[in-house]
Amino acid sequence: MNQTGFPILSLITFLPLLGVAYLAMLRGEALAVASRARIGALVTSLAVLAIGIYLWTAFDPSQAGFQFVEALPWLSGLDVQYRMGVDGISLFLILLTAFLTPIAILSSWPITKRVRELMMAFLLLETMTIGMFSALDFVVFYIFFEAVLLPMYLVIGVWGGERRIYAAVKFFIFTLAGSLFMLLALIWLWHNAGTTDIVTLLHTPIAPAAQMWLFAAFLASFGVKAAVWPLHTWLPDAYGEAPIPGTIMLAAVLSKMGAYGFLRFAVPMLPQAATAAEPLMFTLGVVAVIYISFVALAQTDMKRMIAYSSVAHMGIIIIGIFTFTVEGIEGALFQMLSHGLVIAGLFVCTGVLLSRGEALTLSRLGGLAAKMPAYAALLMLFSLANVGLPGTSGFVGEILVIVGAMKVNFWVSLLGAAGMVLGAAYMLVLLRAVLFGKARPELGSLADLNPGEYAMLLPLAAMVLWLGIYPGSFTHMFDASVNAMVQAHIAALTPHTALAMVTK
Amino acid sequence: MNPLLPPLVPGLLLGLGGMALLLVGVLSKRDKASTSTYGAILLLALAAAFSFAAPDAVLFGGLLKTSLFTRYADSMVYLGAAAALLLSLDYNRREAMARFEFPVLVLFAVLGMIVMVSAADLMSLYVGFELQSLALYILAASARDSLRSTEAGLKYFVLGSLASGLLIYGISLVYGFSGTTNFVSLAAILANGAGYGIVIGIVFVLVGLAFKVSAAPFHMWTPDVYEGSPTPVTALFGTAPKIATMALLLAVMLGPFGHLLAQWRMIIEILSILSMALGALAAIGQKNIKRLLAYSSIGHMGYALMGLAAGTLAGVQATLVYLAIYLVMSFGAFACVVAMRRKGQAVETIADLAGLSTENPGFAFALAIFMWAMAGIPPLSGFFGKLYVFSAAINAGLNTLAVVGVVTSIIGAFYYLRVIKVMYFDAGTPGFDKTASGVRFVMFAGALVTCLFVLIPGPLIAAADAAAKALIG
Repeated sequence: MNQTGFPILSLITFLPLLGVAYLAMLRGEALAVASRARIGALVTSLAVLAIGIYLWTAFDPSQAGFQFVEALPWLSGLDVQYRMGVDGISLFLILLTAFLTPIAILSSWPITKRVRELMMAFLLLETMTIGMFSALDFVVFYIFFEAVLLPMYLVIGVWGGERRIYAAVKFFIFTLAGSLFMLLALIWLWHNAGTTDIVTLLHTPIAPAAQMWLFAAFLASFGVKAAVWPLHTWLPDAYGEAPIPGTIMLAAVLSKMGAYGFLRFAVPMLPQAATAAEPLMFTLGVVAVIYISFVALAQTDMKRMIAYSSVAHMGIIIIGIFTFTVEGIEGALFQMLSHGLVIAGLFVCTGVLLSRGEALTLSRLGGLAAKMPAYAALLMLFSLANVGLPGTSGFVGEILVIVGAMKVNFWVSLLGAAGMVLGAAYMLVLLRAVLFGKARPELGSLADLNPGEYAMLLPLAAMVLWLGIYPGSFTHMFDASVNAMVQAHIAALTPHTALAMVTK
Repeated sequence: MNPLLPPLVPGLLLGLGGMALLLVGVLSKRDKASTSTYGAILLLALAAAFSFAAPDAVLFGGLLKTSLFTRYADSMVYLGAAAALLLSLDYNRREAMARFEFPVLVLFAVLGMIVMVSAADLMSLYVGFELQSLALYILAASARDSLRSTEAGLKYFVLGSLASGLLIYGISLVYGFSGTTNFVSLAAILANGAGYGIVIGIVFVLVGLAFKVSAAPFHMWTPDVYEGSPTPVTALFGTAPKIATMALLLAVMLGPFGHLLAQWRMIIEILSILSMALGALAAIGQKNIKRLLAYSSIGHMGYALMGLAAGTLAGVQATLVYLAIYLVMSFGAFACVVAMRRKGQAVETIADLAGLSTENPGFAFALAIFMWAMAGIPPLSGFFGKLYVFSAAINAGLNTLAVVGVVTSIIGAFYYLRVIKVMYFDAGTPGFDKTASGVRFVMFAGALVTCLFVLIPGPLIAAADAAAKALIG
């Protein structure tokens, strides 16, 4: 068993299912069911958050390996076990999920259509996502990874905007296509190592020729999920059409699944291929940062502009991962957390306008700073964090990635940094269009934030500032894991030290 | 007691029981159809119980052979037939075609299937094959006053006879060139290789059987027969005979013809690839849900054939796992189709499902589960079927087959998703009639098993493993 003497990861993974069961059993009048479903879902997700925080305190940052490990026999005869465990890399992604799910649930308060089903979908989504981040067996990982599609497909398709069906089907087919290729890679790795235990797979050498194919398969799957340019085309549709809580989960949590996949599988398992693919990934990352920033600049809709900014930031994360330096990878990880919080904040802000019945077309907004000062302040904070202003979380991640990239390739770091300037450009355009300028008479009188909205935005703002002002409380949790990963990568590329590592 | 008796009991029960039900039906004056149906279900349950109690045996001088493998396949056949009977109970009454002969014919078809599965000689194989085919031809045409059903029956009969002809021609070639029809002697003779005559004979045998599992390019009858037959009969076609024939294919190809794997593997690969591709592509344009399921079943047979193409122990196990999972998804999906009735009329187009999720969430969710499972999305059971066959194929070095399987899965997902899209995203008022309890039971039991398989996969996988070992040591 593990240090808690208790299957805590299974608990945190499957607790939301308990909420789903409770929601399914609700009976009575529709309105009462809806409000009880909302409360039930919120309470469940807060309980998950509480367990997540306990997990954080119980986690031992000095160890590089996996902690809280659980194992149970599962698929007999195939040596596939139900294995769970976390290290410094996955811990914060679990926490991010646990932190953002209650916010997504809160942000769905204005939705009145089939509330109970929506809440069940979010709780299912939480189970799948946390399960995926804590899986220590590739088959288990794959199941959670792909099962995310089911609730998300329904969330976009049932509660989405005008072109929801197109967006939902596109999202599903794109992601499925990617993950099925990962399934082939998975089976190949399984055949090669005789097990699907991730810890064993991480230490099983693979012939460089085969690595290329496997990397291509991983790129197809994780690249789609992380919306790496040019595999991102599903993203603006899905983000644009999904309801606000769905967009929050997609942008803040699900896009991290792809980046996590690169960090957990593609880089450590396929060191030669990952190194060989470095120029490709840098190119894709830089193109994402620069080209997508321009695309974002051209958007006329607030939600789509933020969606494109998310693709640009995923480019930064990809650059960070493929520097194979401690700074770069820590920067990427930090950026994943920061981006999750910031993008969630921005989409919540978008939802605030939607819930007041406003359209999101930029040309039809303006002058909100005078009418909604608190709202304006918070939107400003998240926008600046998105740009990477020092003192906010966005800065730390980006500067680390740039430093990491500088060590490897000057041009990548220069172009990546150039993207941030463009980021500042489109975010400022957005701020000007929404908050300043002449107030449009047809906007009428808009009320400032209500307590429910404060409850979503203030925790996010506090976290953004915490990450920005004292990043150490987060980085020291994943220092050991990232260091070990980088060392293993270097060792794998130089055979002699690899031997030394093994004998050590 | 004669030691040969216990292994025969299931067959005797089905045959004699079927005749007894026929007598009861003719002589009694009350509600004959439902008595006969319940009687048939009971007989199937008894046969299943007895077949588990019976030891392995070789019967009638090597004509039949029972083992764990045949018991595994038999129990799937019993389950499929029992589900189809449950579905027919209400459907036949509402369609005014409730006759006591219906369950009796199902029993005879099942008897044919278990003879087929346990065949250890080409002659007993053919006898079993014909017994089940004849019963099924009549069942396809059992809605006597419906033009479509009659057409389906006739079409199935004509094309089925052609397949039977090819099969018996292949058997005669094999016999002519080897001098025996017994599986054990054939295996011994073929161990030293085979001449062209035998290989051609094997190809004909293969074609005859491929017709029955509706593997492309021998699938032409499937969509029409599926669409025209009464839905419970379609449910039966989709499950029991396919599973029995697939088990027979495994037993014949890896038994007596196992030494010629290198010669026939290519054929199976081609059948598998064509079936998967056709199942995925042809289903896209379908508007009728029964035709959609027909193409989907063609695709599923393609995946199941992958395990046979691997020709290994893991391959057999994978195919057996796939078949069991397919059985549950398939009768569940057909239960949903049976439940699609509006104002006393069966409706069959996908568009009729629009808005189902608001009106009848349980029904919609069950059908969504079957569709997702058929698309192979985890954590539903269909994913594990695919996982096992892909893994068997890659382990046997058949990478192309696995890649084709992946591509067709993606294309296939599109039309499964369309059904879910219609139910969940489109507005509409299906206004379906109240579903009968038997149908609801099949639907929800299937959905539950499909959903929860992920938690307890062990027993099925272990059983499939034992069955595969019983087949090829």
